[in-house]
Amino acid sequence: MQIIKIENLKSQVEGQQILKGIDLTINKGEIHVIMGPNGAGKSTLANVLMGHPAHEVLEGTVDFLGKDLLDMKVDERAKAGLFLSFQYPQEVPGVTVENFLRTAKKEVSGIMPMMTQFNKDVKKQMADLNMDEKYLERYLNQGFSGGEKKKNEILQMSVLNPKLAILDETDSGLDIDAIRVVYETVQKLSNDNNGILVITHYNKILNYIKPDFVHVLVDGKIVRSGDITLAEEIERTGYEVFKAENAAKTV
Amino acid sequence: MANKTFIADVDRGIYDVINQEDHRFVADKGLTEDIIRDISREKNEPQWMLEYRLKSLEIYKSKPIPTWGADLSELDVENIVHYVRPNTDMKTSWDDVPDDIKETFERLGIPEAERKSLAGVGAQYDSEVVYHSLQAELTEQGVIYTDMDTAVKEYEEIVRKYFMTIITNRDHKFSALHGAVWSGGSFVYVPAGVKVELPLQSYFRLNAKGAGQFEHTLIIVEKGASLHFIEGCSAPKYSVQNLHAGAVELFVKEDAKLRYSTIENWSRNMYNLNTKRSAVDKNGKIEWVSGSFGSRVSMLYPMSILRGEGASSEFTGITFAAKGQYLDTGTKVLHAAPNTTSIVNSKSISKDGGHAFYRGLLRVTPNATNVKSTVNCESLMLDNRSKSDTVPIIEIGNDQVDIGHEAKIGRISDETIFYLMSRGIDEAEAKAMIVRGFVEPITKELPLEYAVELNNLITLELEGTIG
Repeated sequence: MQIIKIENLKSQVEGQQILKGIDLTINKGEIHVIMGPNGAGKSTLANVLMGHPAHEVLEGTVDFLGKDLLDMKVDERAKAGLFLSFQYPQEVPGVTVENFLRTAKKEVSGIMPMMTQFNKDVKKQMADLNMDEKYLERYLNQGFSGGEKKKNEILQMSVLNPKLAILDETDSGLDIDAIRVVYETVQKLSNDNNGILVITHYNKILNYIKPDFVHVLVDGKIVRSGDITLAEEIERTGYEVFKAENAAKTV
Repeated sequence: MANKTFIADVDRGIYDVINQEDHRFVADKGLTEDIIRDISREKNEPQWMLEYRLKSLEIYKSKPIPTWGADLSELDVENIVHYVRPNTDMKTSWDDVPDDIKETFERLGIPEAERKSLAGVGAQYDSEVVYHSLQAELTEQGVIYTDMDTAVKEYEEIVRKYFMTIITNRDHKFSALHGAVWSGGSFVYVPAGVKVELPLQSYFRLNAKGAGQFEHTLIIVEKGASLHFIEGCSAPKYSVQNLHAGAVELFVKEDAKLRYSTIENWSRNMYNLNTKRSAVDKNGKIEWVSGSFGSRVSMLYPMSILRGEGASSEFTGITFAAKGQYLDTGTKVLHAAPNTTSIVNSKSISKDGGHAFYRGLLRVTPNATNVKSTVNCESLMLDNRSKSDTVPIIEIGNDQVDIGHEAKIGRISDETIFYLMSRGIDEAEAKAMIVRGFVEPITKELPLEYAVELNNLITLELEGTIG
């Protein structure tokens, strides 16, 4: 069952074209990994799908569970079941993590969660992530370490239970223990009803998460798709060979 | 609760003593001695008060309009009599109250009778039951809590000792005007050692005649006593007379503590030129929590006079300037004794071309050694059209002081809005969340129901449904 179907997606930011025709389909129960060198457009793809206002879609279509994703506002995309774990989560002073999580849960599910049950559930999810319960009372991401911010993103994913979760460089800035905890949690959250798209340039994560598909993104295009062996190939060869392949095709 | 409200009655106000055929005062452009004498006679005041009023009138006439800060050129001071004595022909009716204000009442969930009272078209809103139970408890402790008009007669000696002593009729044109025409307001006297546990809320907001225009608040907290006084409410006060020149005088004695919280929300035609001051004795503490909403122009700088050794002050303020508003607010702290400390936390929000101006003064006298002070100002602009300024003036008379100052001016961030929206929160609510978070240090200082009111008010301001 298809969750998302991206066809020929092209986008620009500040007059510069970044995505140059992305095609990607993710079905229920699948974990996809997109890898690629810096500046290839990996984060741009994540931001365009979530609806970042600075990015302009030039061409292409995105079908999300039968709806036109590109026609939806950012909050509508979230309500439809899309989630983005931010590379740089924002700090919001004065808004506690708990209050934020409950508000988000209410908006996404349409029902205000019962306070005590919700609190109990969240604390369990925090325990899985090795997160101190005290973070519930802290202001959203304010003064959090890089690792705590990323764990907080995965906590939100866990609470909101999206149909498709995009993880944008969630491993960056994390120490090895945190990476393990985060990706093991993501692996656990993966089920037959959702899809996960992991964006990374760090192939060691494959020790913790088992993708069904690996894609290589170079210069705004997916140049090769395969299974986990593709990640192994990248580890051996680096991205230069893919860049060269792409350049040859373009010419 | 018994409902004794007479909505159909129009509250003509205490100044409304002339009959409709008599246009004697209306024809006279200035404020005259006769008018002042009438006001005083109507109130049946002691002679000294009348004399103070007349002296104030004289000073008022001699003082120029302030030319710094807000532009007051459109305030019709030549015809000040219109503000003081409403034209009897000017029928005030519920139908004339602007729709935006009616809608705000609705949204804030203010009861019908109270709405009409707040809008100045209802008669007295009756809160007698609450009033009496509270009153009994306070009386037992020796606390006096009444309106100023009553206090002048029943507690004349106390009033005479304190009235217009830290704000005087010589301070500026509008304090002189206030001295001449003041009416209504709250009077609180807390005897030595008495700790008033529950916050005292000014129910007079609902029923004092003429309140909300030239009201005088006088609070005395004696040695070792404590009080939390809350004045105002989030509902917009509507008045066809658009000048507010109230005065608040707070006396905090040795080892006493007073927290004075206000949320003011004036109708958008209002010139709010209010003066508030507190004198704090040895080891006493004044805490201001101040929310300024509404009005066309506000000039408001609550002042703490730390005159006893070890006295301290804390000011927490929030100002919200929306379309067409110029809010010039801040606080003044005078460190006039050694070992005094002060903390200032000021936040402002501006949107839709509104202008929020922080103007602060921190003065340390030469004898006030070992002073500690922290001033923190933060401004949040919600769009490119809005303005924000910060002018903190610091004057230090000796070098044994420890003063910290920080000012931040920022715009609401698109990235943060995007982040919140990506969690299913719509744009308006995302902005409201950011703004509520920004003012959270203030809301957490308020009792719950006021915090809720403040948050509702911010949501309404953001939606632009007010004014």
